[in-house]
Amino acid sequence: MSLLEVKDLQVRVEEREILHGLSLTVNPGEVHAIMGPNGSGKSTLSHVIAGKPGYEVTGGQILFRGEDLLEMEPNERAAKGVFLAFQYPVEIPGVTTWNFLHAALNAQRKARGEDEISSPAFLKKVREVAKSLNIPQDMLKRGVNVGFSGGEKKRNEILQMALFEPAVCILDEMDSGLDIDALRIAADGVNALRSPERAMVVITHYQRLLNYIVPDFVHVMSKGRVVKSGGKELALELEESGYAQFEDAA
Amino acid sequence: MPAVQETVERVRRIDVDQYRYGFETQIESDKAPKGLSEDTVRFISAKKNEPAWMLEWRLEAYRRWLTMTEPTWARVDYPKIDYQDIYYYAAPKPKKTLSSIDEIDPEILKTYEKLGIPLREVAILEGVEPPPGGPPSANRKIAVDAVFDSVSVATTFQKELKAAGVIFMPISEAIREHPELVQKYLGTVVPTSDNYFATLNSAVFSDGSFVYVPPGVRCPMELSTYFRINERNTGQFERTLIIADKGSYVSYLEGCTAPQRDENQLHAAVVELVTLDDAEIKYSTVQNWYPGNSEGKGGIYNFVTKRGDCRGKNSKISWTQVETGSAITWKYPSCILRGDNSSGEFYSIAISNGFQQVDSGTKMIHLGKNTSSRIISKGIAAGKSQNTYRGLVSAHRKATGARNYTACDSLLIGDKCGAHTVPYVEAKNSSATFEHEATTSKISEDVLFYCIQRGLSQEEAVGLVVNGFVKDVLQQLPMEFAVEAQKLISISLEGSVG
Ligand SMILES: Nc1ncnc2c1ncn2[C@@H]1O[C@H](COP(=O)(O)OP(=O)(O)O)[C@@H](O)[C@H]1O
Ligand SMILES: [Mg+2]
Repeated sequence: MSLLEVKDLQVRVEEREILHGLSLTVNPGEVHAIMGPNGSGKSTLSHVIAGKPGYEVTGGQILFRGEDLLEMEPNERAAKGVFLAFQYPVEIPGVTTWNFLHAALNAQRKARGEDEISSPAFLKKVREVAKSLNIPQDMLKRGVNVGFSGGEKKRNEILQMALFEPAVCILDEMDSGLDIDALRIAADGVNALRSPERAMVVITHYQRLLNYIVPDFVHVMSKGRVVKSGGKELALELEESGYAQFEDAA
Repeated sequence: MPAVQETVERVRRIDVDQYRYGFETQIESDKAPKGLSEDTVRFISAKKNEPAWMLEWRLEAYRRWLTMTEPTWARVDYPKIDYQDIYYYAAPKPKKTLSSIDEIDPEILKTYEKLGIPLREVAILEGVEPPPGGPPSANRKIAVDAVFDSVSVATTFQKELKAAGVIFMPISEAIREHPELVQKYLGTVVPTSDNYFATLNSAVFSDGSFVYVPPGVRCPMELSTYFRINERNTGQFERTLIIADKGSYVSYLEGCTAPQRDENQLHAAVVELVTLDDAEIKYSTVQNWYPGNSEGKGGIYNFVTKRGDCRGKNSKISWTQVETGSAITWKYPSCILRGDNSSGEFYSIAISNGFQQVDSGTKMIHLGKNTSSRIISKGIAAGKSQNTYRGLVSAHRKATGARNYTACDSLLIGDKCGAHTVPYVEAKNSSATFEHEATTSKISEDVLFYCIQRGLSQEEAVGLVVNGFVKDVLQQLPMEFAVEAQKLISISLEGSVG
């Protein structure tokens, strides 16, 4: 059984169809890249998988380990192992990163029928994870993403990914707003989390990121459809010829 | 359904079911005849075995009250109160002098137990894990004065306090046992003529707490009073007087709850604080009177006058309040900064939900030189509630070097509620520096979705964001209260908790 199966997905936003029958199959251990120009529907896809309100699914389905994902509340999806690293992580003033992560992890554990993790045990765990990702401890004490640089925000997303140990990670434009050093650090973090059980869906506009996170599969999206799929060499091809060739195909 | 919309739906359903303190205690009580007259005032005074001067004081207030009219300037709206339809005095029966906690009516003891208030003299253990880098937890003691309807039923840790020279007792007792102190200070901060509700209180107040901390003494424990209205159609008119003599310090906590009633009940308290040279009073309130049901029926009218007088130089008064209950709140804990270099603080969290109306804020009156004040107000409006911050900062001609910083933040949940900020500023000298900042925000869909994507439920997400919003103020509360307040905030807003 596949980990994540998107079948002929049709999605509307405010009466306008954005995704017109999109399919994607992701197996454990695989890294898929989704590339496409602005406005092609990449973020829409990631939001619908994660369950963001405001999207109307008018056709198709999404299965997660064979279960109907669209029937689940977004927090239920998170507890089952769906993780979305946001393009623009929000700031939550007054809530320390440490507290936020603790509350979120316990909510997930509770939903799975596991025991809550105590503060000292959690603190130990989060410190270890932060250390392994070269994330400074003081980030944990600060308000969630408040005053974080672009690079720090992305690293905070990766920290959460490492902490929650999700089965599938969707990374939406992880490279946006990062300089090359910050990009490399973030990519190292993601690579460290690759494993035979875990799948990743890396959404990006630019080929650049894929030099650092090398995908197994590349899908090109245009106007709400996947118009071409291939191996990692497809990304390089795109780099040379651009998206224009696919506009007509869509 | 969009996330915020859903939150709004949930929050709208908040009502009596969420109010955990809405039970009624079945006990017999001794009441004054319904209504208000000179006889009522005499009845109360006689019940309390008061000296003649006290009765005179009350009667004078009563006569003045007859000439006054109810204020209408606050942004609150309620049907006219029939002052003849209220019981002004209710005391649990049998009324005899109690020598120990064990003689209190077990029903009343149970009530306080249910409310989580320890009347037995046990040290409270902080079962709270400190945040990373936070202070280590310690065993602390809290002395409690429990006021049930019109009378104080128990005051704990009396002996230990006495050893330190601290007087902490029901004000009715203080009037008899320490008349010189009461006469010296009562009505000197909030005069009997101050305002309609304060004048009413002066005439009919039944009980409340009295604290005197002698010079140089740091009160060895937190003092706290829990007010409970139990009787039907009964008003509660408590009076609290706290005096911190030169160089002393005291931290005082106040908590309030009431049963669910279909009718509105009046609570018109007066609190007076006095700090002499170099003294400090920290006064914290968690107000959780019954707010009324989801249709806006019932609930407490909370019309309260609280004022502190920094009478001595270098003295300090700090008000911290968490306001979650009451159908209507009309309350402006204030500081008169009379002594040179004195300072006043006001930290407030005011949450309104359902049909609640809150008009609250503070007054900082700068009279002395180099006085400073700080106002941090966090208003949260949900449901169909209206939440107004009303504040006055003024500097007298002689108050050179006066400084104030005010920050008023409002958070809206849904689009049927309102938040309003009404700041008044008067500087009568040019050396005063007043700063004012105000923000109004909504909980955004994106923030909620971010939290929910991480596994939190809708309610948990709202609770988290709100707790972050009020954090600066929560930090001002003593630890046990902060934990209680945090829970209370979640309960008032989350809807599905409990
Ligand atoms: N909330 C929304 N309301 C209206 N249109 C939207 C909304 N979200 C996305 N769209 C539209 O859907 C299309 C796809 O957007 P998006 O998924 O963000 O693309 P990408 O991430 O590939 O840049 C765009 O035309 C965008 O304008
Ligand atoms: Mg996008």
